[in-house]
Amino acid sequence: MEPSVIISFVIIPLFAAFLIPLVGRLVGGFQRILTSSIMLLLLVLSVFITLQGPETITYMAGGWEPVGGVPIAIYLVLDPLSGFLLTIINLLGFMSVFYAISYMRRYTSENLFYTLVCLMVAGMNGVVLSGDLFNLYVFLEISVISSYALVAFGVGKTELEASYKYQVLGALASLLVLFGIAMIYWRTKTLNIADISVLLQHARHDTFLVFVQLILITGFGIKAALIPFHAWLPDAHSSAPSPISAMLSGVLIKAVGVYVLIRLFFNMFQLDTSLAIVFTAIGALSMIIGVVLAIGQWDLKRLLAYHSISQMGYVVTGIGMGMILLARGGDKSIAALAIGGGLFHMINHAVFKGLLFLNAGAIEYAAGTRDMKKMGGLARHMPVTLSSSFSASMAISGMPPFNGFFSKLIIIVAAIQGEFYLLAVLAVIAGIVTLASFMKFQRFAFYNKPEKEPTAREVPLAMRFSMVTLALLCLLLSLLIIPDIRQIFLEPAVNTLIETTEYATKVLKL
Amino acid sequence: MKGMSLIVKKMAQLMSGLIFVYGAYIATHGHLTPGGGFAGGALIAGAFILMILANGSGYVRLKRQEEGSSAVESAAVLMALLLATIGLAAGTMVFFNNYLPPGIPGRLISGGVIPLYNVFIGIEVAAALMTIFLALVIYKEEISK
Repeated sequence: MEPSVIISFVIIPLFAAFLIPLVGRLVGGFQRILTSSIMLLLLVLSVFITLQGPETITYMAGGWEPVGGVPIAIYLVLDPLSGFLLTIINLLGFMSVFYAISYMRRYTSENLFYTLVCLMVAGMNGVVLSGDLFNLYVFLEISVISSYALVAFGVGKTELEASYKYQVLGALASLLVLFGIAMIYWRTKTLNIADISVLLQHARHDTFLVFVQLILITGFGIKAALIPFHAWLPDAHSSAPSPISAMLSGVLIKAVGVYVLIRLFFNMFQLDTSLAIVFTAIGALSMIIGVVLAIGQWDLKRLLAYHSISQMGYVVTGIGMGMILLARGGDKSIAALAIGGGLFHMINHAVFKGLLFLNAGAIEYAAGTRDMKKMGGLARHMPVTLSSSFSASMAISGMPPFNGFFSKLIIIVAAIQGEFYLLAVLAVIAGIVTLASFMKFQRFAFYNKPEKEPTAREVPLAMRFSMVTLALLCLLLSLLIIPDIRQIFLEPAVNTLIETTEYATKVLKL
Repeated sequence: MKGMSLIVKKMAQLMSGLIFVYGAYIATHGHLTPGGGFAGGALIAGAFILMILANGSGYVRLKRQEEGSSAVESAAVLMALLLATIGLAAGTMVFFNNYLPPGIPGRLISGGVIPLYNVFIGIEVAAALMTIFLALVIYKEEISK
């Protein structure tokens, strides 16, 4: 495949972002059509690339070839893991933007909204494609700064407060990340991830690097809202407009948080048992504390936001167990199972949490409230929202045959096989509490008898389309459990993480 | 927003032209001397901001100026992106390719595409700083109403 296709994932949304304020003010509806169509194009492109097969493509911006084996250009690297993340980002991006066609009509300045969405998508695509630490930082800032503005889009008191909190913690995280990158640059004199990985090959048990890794865990941990660093997430994700909440919870915390952590820990640093245990412990804490905090919430979007922390805990726990096994030199097939479960849960979480936020948006659109105590009796009036939110609720609670069941099952099986019995028990408990809190959501939103009969009506077509498609995906993604399908989509991504040093070899073509 | 005294107005008129030319000089000579698009753009924005602060401006006029500067900003980014994409389209398939002849080092017209990037970045930064300034001024006007 032509390597320059990679760069289009960044260029196309950037072009759209700056065309919208120019043309959008002259031509009505331009912003909606353009954003939806480019997101569809990127979705098709990313699926097409994933189906092409597990090859690693590198692209050197500016055409600067390596000098004496030392890479000097800005590298963009498309390997199966990046392809996997690209598919998630653009899938959720398209669904949210298509949903926003109807949803955002009640807001003013739609041009600004679509400009910021395009910038956020460009930034996230850049983060997962970048093969260079500093550019990774730049793309990360592009996406999170647009998300600060998008959180505050409603310009009410709560939105501004949430956005301010998010900005303060986000700026702290960015500072730590930049500090970490500077320390690595100081040590290795290069910013290329593959090159750094080659230079750090023999640096085991190096306290300097352990310090840097801890700083990076803190920095990206804040971006990913893992448990000790989660304070901003419930406010920010519940105050944003619903399509943006879906994007933030569904992809942003994965692309700029967890993805970068696992990419750097597996493919750049040498795996270290004690750090892997820290990583897994943070994941397990998020999994259990997130869900305990969630169950008491009465604000629907806040409840979903706390569940994002808990579900990302599953992802991190799964991948962390694989990391411990690999670092100890344990069984590779169990490590592959654990990491596969984590990545599988990542795409599942993107789909069902995105859908749940879109459902919350639909309920807010129709019934005008986010408080579950004031809802009720919506089952008869909103059948599409009811059925799609039911499938998402079952998926997130881990009920068969929905996708969440299979990924949680894989994570628990891997935990038992790897003899992490405590983690297996915690995962089961968190699953049960999740089921309880989604039963609460279903009951209070749809079946409870309200004081007066609601006047809500089913939402417009564009919103229904996104919700139904994502609900179908909740079922279809279960197919990833079948080995033949898993081989195309999931296994190559797992292999990039298992074969830790292969990344550098493939990127630098050693 | 009210303007300032006659002395300030006259001095601002005299100075802002010089500042503008100096900004343009820094931006266009970015590949030869220290500075470049960002520094030059900041100076150009300074020239406009000085004039607005000295002479004052009405609410409606500020709004219109903000619309204009944000449009210029988007257009300048688009032009810079277009310059980079031409490199992609022009045979070599390389984004950010330097496809113009390099010229003689030290001359104003040399360095291929780099001076053009500097010019557009200068316009972009000037327009962006101007937009931020105008947004703050408009906010203050709205509050004091």
